[in-house]
Amino acid sequence: MQRILLFLYSLRALILFIVLELVAAWFIFSYNSVQGAVFFNSSNRLAGGLLDKKEAVVSYFYLGVANEALAEKNAQLLKKLEDLSPRDDSVTLEIDTLFRHSYEFWSAKVINNSIHLNQNHITLNKGSNHGIREGMGVFNELGVVGRVKGVSRNFSTVISALHTDLLISSKIKGSNVFGSTNWDGKNPKSAKLLYVPRHVNVQLGDSVVTSGYNAIFPEGMAVGFVSEVKPGSESAYLEISLELSTDFSKLTYVYLVDNTLKEELDSLQLQLDQFYDGQ
Amino acid sequence: MTGNNIIKYSFAFLAYLFVQVFILKDVVLFGYSFGLLYVFFLLTLPLEVGTVPLLLLGFGMGMAVDVFYDSLGINASATVLLAFARNPWIKANTPRGGYDDYIPPTLHNMGLGWFTIYALPLISAHHFLFFYIDSLGTDFYLLIVSKALSSVLFTFVLGVVVQLLFYKKKKGV
Repeated sequence: MQRILLFLYSLRALILFIVLELVAAWFIFSYNSVQGAVFFNSSNRLAGGLLDKKEAVVSYFYLGVANEALAEKNAQLLKKLEDLSPRDDSVTLEIDTLFRHSYEFWSAKVINNSIHLNQNHITLNKGSNHGIREGMGVFNELGVVGRVKGVSRNFSTVISALHTDLLISSKIKGSNVFGSTNWDGKNPKSAKLLYVPRHVNVQLGDSVVTSGYNAIFPEGMAVGFVSEVKPGSESAYLEISLELSTDFSKLTYVYLVDNTLKEELDSLQLQLDQFYDGQ
Repeated sequence: MTGNNIIKYSFAFLAYLFVQVFILKDVVLFGYSFGLLYVFFLLTLPLEVGTVPLLLLGFGMGMAVDVFYDSLGINASATVLLAFARNPWIKANTPRGGYDDYIPPTLHNMGLGWFTIYALPLISAHHFLFFYIDSLGTDFYLLIVSKALSSVLFTFVLGVVVQLLFYKKKKGV
């Protein structure tokens, strides 16, 4: 018995090595997926607080760019508001109030961002105290940014659209053909549009927007532009490359969107799935 | 290790960690070269530090970096590998006449030739594992290799510069 213990003791480094690697592997597989659980990440109070302080210093260097982009977005919104506001010389009818307020919006500041890994995440300076919840869509004035993965009280972690496991339900504007936008891990300025059948006529420069199907983003939010179309090798789908609208290297302020009807949509979908499983 | 040393290396731990997550995280040359300078904390610990404390320190450092990179477990597993390989590799590279006792294996103490042979393979092992795990699920092997090789070079140059600037002969930090 004593010899066995001595033998094990002589192997203690190897055993500890294996144990630690297994723990790390468990973390990797349980955390680094889109659905994974969240324990230690940059939205915890200590890390988030430190990142917030750092961002407060660094943000002075690109305030100019951020201001310009925000002013531009404001101008666009003012124009839209002008189009929507009722004219004095005409009568408007409320068609159905049920369609109003199905999306709610928040704003937040990016305090941590990466674009060069294969699974990139973003940290925001708002959390559950401000009403942020898991699964919300994140975008900025240029286009989609990602989806909220985890929230703490004052911070939240977002899966960037530059994450090889994240699929964004999209469609080609104009022809309304659906597909999924997915990043391939190569270049932070481009992504792939998957599942577009070969018979569809796709032109270079076609704009790609969110479809509104997965109920994370409202319909019609900019994703990117078609930059390359190739007939897929051995598959029924086209190989389409997109140039992303969002410049991920310069994220400063972002907006969050929550679909207040998402639960209802999801439960309806679930009922449908159960119905077909039962058949 | 004396009490003085413990304070010194605790300080070094925090310094490497903060430089890594607040400065080097945003510095990626050409989108390829990552500077993972924090591995030099483990590389420059004194010779008499055993493998068990090295493993624990490596795991702690890796996890701390992972929290800020939102890459839970990736840096930790790569760093644990480096920590495990360090002492056997030092033993394999024993110069004629053996090592002086109680010195950290730094550039000043060991010379550039020895230090390169010591550090480069360990950093390479760390970086290849790091980029391999990060790219699981994609199939750009050439991209992984070029990212890893250019990052090894960048990390090594950074580490050498840091030692020339901040380390003194025969001492730790």
